[in-house]
Amino acid sequence: MSITWFEKLLPARIRTDSQTRRNVPEGVWSKCPVCQAVLYSPELERHQNVCPKCSHHIRIRARKRLDNFFDPEPREEIGKNLSPVDRLKFRDSKKYKDRLTQAQRATNEKDALIVIKGKVLGLPLVAGAFEFKFMGGSMGSVVGEKFVRGVNAAIADNIPFVCFASSGGARMQEALFSLMQMAKTSAALNRLNQQGLPFVSVLTDPTMGGVSASFAMLGDVNIAEPNALIGFAGPRVIEQTVRQTLPEGFQRSEFLLKHGAIDMIIDRRDMREQISSILAILTHQAPPEKQVAMLTDKSQPENSEPAVTN
Amino acid sequence: MNLNFLEFEKPIAELDAKIEELRHISDDTDININDEIAHLQEKCQEKTRAIFSSLSAWQISQLARHPQRPYTLDYIERIFTDFHELHGDRTFGDDPAMVGGIARLGSRSVMIIGQQKGRDIKERTLRNFGMPRPEGYRKALRLMRMAERFKIPILTFIDTPGAYPGLHAEERGQSEAIARNLYVMSNLKTPILCTVIGEGGSGGALGIGVGDKLSMLEYSTYSVISPEGCASILWKSAEKAPEAAEAMNMTSQRLKELGLIDMIIPEPLGGAHRDVDTMANTLSTVLQENLLEIEQIPIEELLETRYQRLMQFGNFEEV
Repeated sequence: MSITWFEKLLPARIRTDSQTRRNVPEGVWSKCPVCQAVLYSPELERHQNVCPKCSHHIRIRARKRLDNFFDPEPREEIGKNLSPVDRLKFRDSKKYKDRLTQAQRATNEKDALIVIKGKVLGLPLVAGAFEFKFMGGSMGSVVGEKFVRGVNAAIADNIPFVCFASSGGARMQEALFSLMQMAKTSAALNRLNQQGLPFVSVLTDPTMGGVSASFAMLGDVNIAEPNALIGFAGPRVIEQTVRQTLPEGFQRSEFLLKHGAIDMIIDRRDMREQISSILAILTHQAPPEKQVAMLTDKSQPENSEPAVTN
Repeated sequence: MNLNFLEFEKPIAELDAKIEELRHISDDTDININDEIAHLQEKCQEKTRAIFSSLSAWQISQLARHPQRPYTLDYIERIFTDFHELHGDRTFGDDPAMVGGIARLGSRSVMIIGQQKGRDIKERTLRNFGMPRPEGYRKALRLMRMAERFKIPILTFIDTPGAYPGLHAEERGQSEAIARNLYVMSNLKTPILCTVIGEGGSGGALGIGVGDKLSMLEYSTYSVISPEGCASILWKSAEKAPEAAEAMNMTSQRLKELGLIDMIIPEPLGGAHRDVDTMANTLSTVLQENLLEIEQIPIEELLETRYQRLMQFGNFEEV
């Protein structure tokens, strides 16, 4: 917002105040894009970016998601130092190199996938999460390589693999190298399967294109977050092709459940419990430690302290 | 101008027209103008060689989608004997955009799977412009598993703008159908040779494109998205397709240099559609040579090599 001559006359402190009063101050209050409820940020964070009023699943940063998912200790990041290179010197309206730098600055990540080995309610596993803010969570060479290293780490430790997808698809700026990551990640999952280890795929908003047409649909169990957009072709492309308006709820989680593409829809706040329970059954282990699922127990008052602080 | 020719082939088309004209004259009269015709033909060849020696990526992508370009069934009929087409995914239906079946290549049993485009409007609609639906990928999967069971090598022919982006295709799990093929092909216990014969359009192409050897006909293309699609997303204008084609390195020559494909199969002068029989002959020879080579390799070793080949795809650094 440009500063008017009048504001220029005001002392700096007052000027800032007038600005913040007009806009909701960032970091303290935000608005649910669906029910428009004004949300207190610490409260929203406690609900893992799920609107406490209408349960709309607001997109969540990859690191935050994994932080919520894993037990506090132990954690080990896999492929942390993998960094993208622009072998093709790809340039569209912008240089790929510049897009990368920009995305790295904006997200503080090297690329669009984070992989961590740790425990969930005591159950050891490897999990990856896509950072949608990094070039739309697109899959290029680094994403593919990290995914494979994650799978290999799971094989090495004989533990399950979980992936939270959130991606527009293959990264165009790496051209055919990106496409080949579809085959690469799928092949790695075949190896995991040969070791008798389970893969749980969690599809979150959005999971499209080359990501949905490879590893994301290959879970032994496919889980989606509520109302996530999941599909092969984007809705706009389909509309242009078939020249008709798409039905309400098309390519949303509930649509996929109905058509048999996924096993279940799970609230983000229940992921820890549900996924560890599923994996414990598939790997013949005792049920994970029972936890008080305070956040999803709707009967409890909103302001009570969570039983588990992580 | 003859619709057979593309815009950049205009000088060739003009010479071609002149030759035709002279032929008519020689038909009508007794004047011997054979020398003149021969001379023009030589000139025409020279011109073609000159033009085709420095094609842009965009021009090659037009050749890859040329309406006269030979399709999977054109090659099947010329290269193989005893072809028995097999239909249906056993679950939902049969997809005419994906053809498959058993046949002989020389004395060898082979399984053929390929995308099929249509030549005229009616057939184009029937074949859905070579864009398979989930049942097409699932038919392909069924045939691949059959090939594994009977220890028959698989030859795939890739030629698609992409998997069909339709409402019902989504309902029936287009994503899963493609993903499942990648997963299964990566460890299928029989040799798989993949050849891009025209358009290698994204995931729709890759859905029958994971194997032991990936070859491309000289003027075919293979890319993560169509040049038009890439241009409209990254340049915000489909008219930038020529730039996008260049940037995506989608030609056989560039992909070979990048180590993404194993082999370029040369096309006749002017492209495969100028001499389909010669093209089919070359392709046949290459397929037989590759099969001979690959059949020597014990299956476990073959699968390990196939896996490692996939794993080495990618560019990154560790900092």
